Amino acid sequence: MKLNLKLKEYWHKLGSPRWFYQITTSWVTFFGICALLLLATGLVWALAFAPADYQQGNSFRIMYVHVPAAMVAQSLYIGMGVAGFVGLVWRMKLTDVAIGACLPLGMVLTALALFTGGVWGKPTWGSWWEWDGRTVSTLVLLFLYIGIYALREAIPDRDLRARASALVSLVGTVNIPIIKYSVEWWNTLHQSASFSLTEKPAMPAEMWLPLLVMVLGFYCFAGHQVLSRMRLEVLSREATSRWVLQLLQDKSAEAGLGQSSLIDHGRD
Amino acid sequence: MYFDSFDAFLRMGEHGLYVWMAYGATLLVLLSAFFITRSMSRSVEENIRWTILSRQSEQAAGTAQTQRQGNES
Repeated sequence: MKLNLKLKEYWHKLGSPRWFYQITTSWVTFFGICALLLLATGLVWALAFAPADYQQGNSFRIMYVHVPAAMVAQSLYIGMGVAGFVGLVWRMKLTDVAIGACLPLGMVLTALALFTGGVWGKPTWGSWWEWDGRTVSTLVLLFLYIGIYALREAIPDRDLRARASALVSLVGTVNIPIIKYSVEWWNTLHQSASFSLTEKPAMPAEMWLPLLVMVLGFYCFAGHQVLSRMRLEVLSREATSRWVLQLLQDKSAEAGLGQSSLIDHGRD
Repeated sequence: MYFDSFDAFLRMGEHGLYVWMAYGATLLVLLSAFFITRSMSRSVEENIRWTILSRQSEQAAGTAQTQRQGNES
């Protein structure tokens, strides 16, 4: 009886991370396969089959990597803001894991959006960098990512780190609408949105279809990355719990590594 | 295929340098993200395995005994 109660308590405590780990096992594979197919198709389509722009020539092909990188970078930040809010209000453990998982990919994708923007700007605007509303607010996004990353590295206490990064993530989301509307508020160099959910794109289908494929591919890639990172963090945080033991045992048995006796009890 | 020849594909009009730089950076980012995450998950699993194994070898004798008693009852 006593053991039973103890077990129940254990289950309850570990329920959430374990549940997360189990349901995401197939999602990771799904996102990974979708990302591979979409990105492979999209890259070939964008580079070799889409027609060149009548004004910008072939440099416009940079759009096919620039736009998805920027979109996913902002979405990941929104994800961090939402996770931060949920974490601050309900004190869920998984939200901090989510912030930590979105952070590195969001950071490199923001840097990639800025880099590809510069590389596109050189032949189009005549300069690698312009102090345009969109570029500056995206630079602010990069600094926010770097700031939260540094914050997380600097605070050793897990609870304090979780609360601090949740708060900064949440506050930093004010920058997202600024990025979005920057092209309308400061109508300088950056062209306005090439893609939106509500309107029909101004481009012909042979130009925006590959963009759609690339955007979906980037989102699937982000899904795959964020889930994988969350899973490995959950695993290392729960390293001493029984389900992790069982999981690793099953895994090595499946792989036929001959390590099937990681735990030699509990499976009777 | 939009281009007439492979050479034209590489040159991208006058914009080959810019286009290939952007796509090269993108591939670099995506591939390194993928491989870094994969090696991280593997090392986390390895670490846990190693910890379990070393803990078990310490407790091996005791566990075996309780296990036998548990099966009999």
